[in-house]
Amino acid sequence: MQYNWDWGVIFREPYQEWIISGIGWTISVSIAAWILAFSLGSIIGILRTTNNRISRRIATVYVEIFRNIPLIVQMFLWYFVFPELLPNDAGMWVKREMPMPEFTTAAVCLGLYTASRVAEQVRSGIQSIGQGQNNAGLATGLTTVQVYRYILLPVGYRIMIPPLTSEFLTIFKNSSVALTIGVLEITAQARQIEEYTFQGFEAFTTATVLYILVTSIVMILMRVVEGRVSIPGMISLGAK
Amino acid sequence: MIELRNVSKWYGDFQVLDDCSTMVSKGEVVVVCGPSGSGKSTLIKCVNGLEEFQKGEIQFDGISVGNKKTDLPKLRSKIGMVFQNFELYPHLSVVNNIKLAQLKVLKRSKEEADHKTIQLLERVGLADQSLKFPAQLSGGQQQRVAIARALAMDPIAMLFDEPTSALDPEMINEVLDVMVELAKDGMTMMVVTHEMGFARRVAKRIIFMDEGRIEEDCSTDEFFDSQRGVRAEAFLSKILHH
Ligand SMILES: Nc1ncnc2c1ncn2[C@@H]1O[C@H](COP(=O)(O)OP(=O)(O)O)[C@@H](O)[C@H]1O
Ligand SMILES: [Mg+2]
Repeated sequence: MQYNWDWGVIFREPYQEWIISGIGWTISVSIAAWILAFSLGSIIGILRTTNNRISRRIATVYVEIFRNIPLIVQMFLWYFVFPELLPNDAGMWVKREMPMPEFTTAAVCLGLYTASRVAEQVRSGIQSIGQGQNNAGLATGLTTVQVYRYILLPVGYRIMIPPLTSEFLTIFKNSSVALTIGVLEITAQARQIEEYTFQGFEAFTTATVLYILVTSIVMILMRVVEGRVSIPGMISLGAK
Repeated sequence: MIELRNVSKWYGDFQVLDDCSTMVSKGEVVVVCGPSGSGKSTLIKCVNGLEEFQKGEIQFDGISVGNKKTDLPKLRSKIGMVFQNFELYPHLSVVNNIKLAQLKVLKRSKEEADHKTIQLLERVGLADQSLKFPAQLSGGQQQRVAIARALAMDPIAMLFDEPTSALDPEMINEVLDVMVELAKDGMTMMVVTHEMGFARRVAKRIIFMDEGRIEEDCSTDEFFDSQRGVRAEAFLSKILHH
């Protein structure tokens, strides 16, 4: 195979700028999606652990729908189908006036999808704490909301740090699906560089290294967080 | 103070409590015993509304526990409860375990709560452990903290659900001692336990449960002077042989 290696390409303009802007979009989509996924996923996961049958049912349906439709299908549905289903004005607004339509759609879609996965982590984290803690809190006169606020959630989120970290890393990798609706994130930029320069290996290697770099930073950060909030004397919280 | 009238409870088709009636007067210590699965935990959890029941009535201090309009958190704050597995909050230090409900339920000031907490830790002999976390304590110490946590609410009655069953034998007495003290101070107590020595020393009455029914409900003397029924006899001979 004849291949002319040219690592210089990734440092030449405009390609260097494409790469920087690409990783920028990847991180932006991921963070925006994560904020949505974490908040909504927490609410839905908590609802799934409550005694209220209706809210539990709604939460379960949400999880089943969003978890079971492939992400790329959801991306197309939100981008192409959803605006058509809206009343005329709203549909027009989404298509014409919504700021950064591709970015927004990608972040919302990825966020809603990941929320269903986060919800499952939150549910199993809380349920692993057991009924005993709930009873202990209630028995002292705390309300259910207070039991969640002061006992179940502080313990639950500590248990959830590793699985939630891995969900964040998944969001980060999944953000590449945004290229299918035209978000020029890092994978899309790598492809574009290949098309312009035929230096595909360099471009994709760079993208890979950047993914690994960000992933490593996130993992190190979460280790630090986990250490900071670890409970003295406790080896494994989930084991009980 | 605690009155149960014809209480029945079902889990689906399975009847856990069958027409249970009994009473605990102010200052009385009543021990509940019976084989595993007979419904003892369920019965005392009904008293502070941790479990619902479908039939009958429970009154605590003149308030109906089963009434939908009853302010359960307020009612529960007046009833201390101690569990078999301690159930201390693992992420909070000993002090904060005891302070949490004082601050959030009774709305005590930090100073008041601190003061009360230190007093109680001295009472259960753990003043030197106040900054530790539950996982750093022995089982007996954890259970004493749990008792202090319940007492911090200034309850007018205490419920114990097998408080020493999860403990290594050498730690049972340190917990029982605290409970005996509490009984001597005149606390109203309903205690699920198989510690017959404890029952003999402080219980006024003994309730024996089997298959969801209260089979015996008599004074401690009567119970130990073998006026008990066959099932209670069989049960007692089993646990006393251990
Ligand atoms: N949530 C539940 N659902 C169904 N059955 C239960 C539940 N909790 C307890 N039981 C059953 O009710 C019976 C009484 O339980 P429990 O009150 O814990 O007994 P004890 O404390 O005397 O050992 C047992 O047979 C137990 O299996
Ligand atoms: Mg029990």
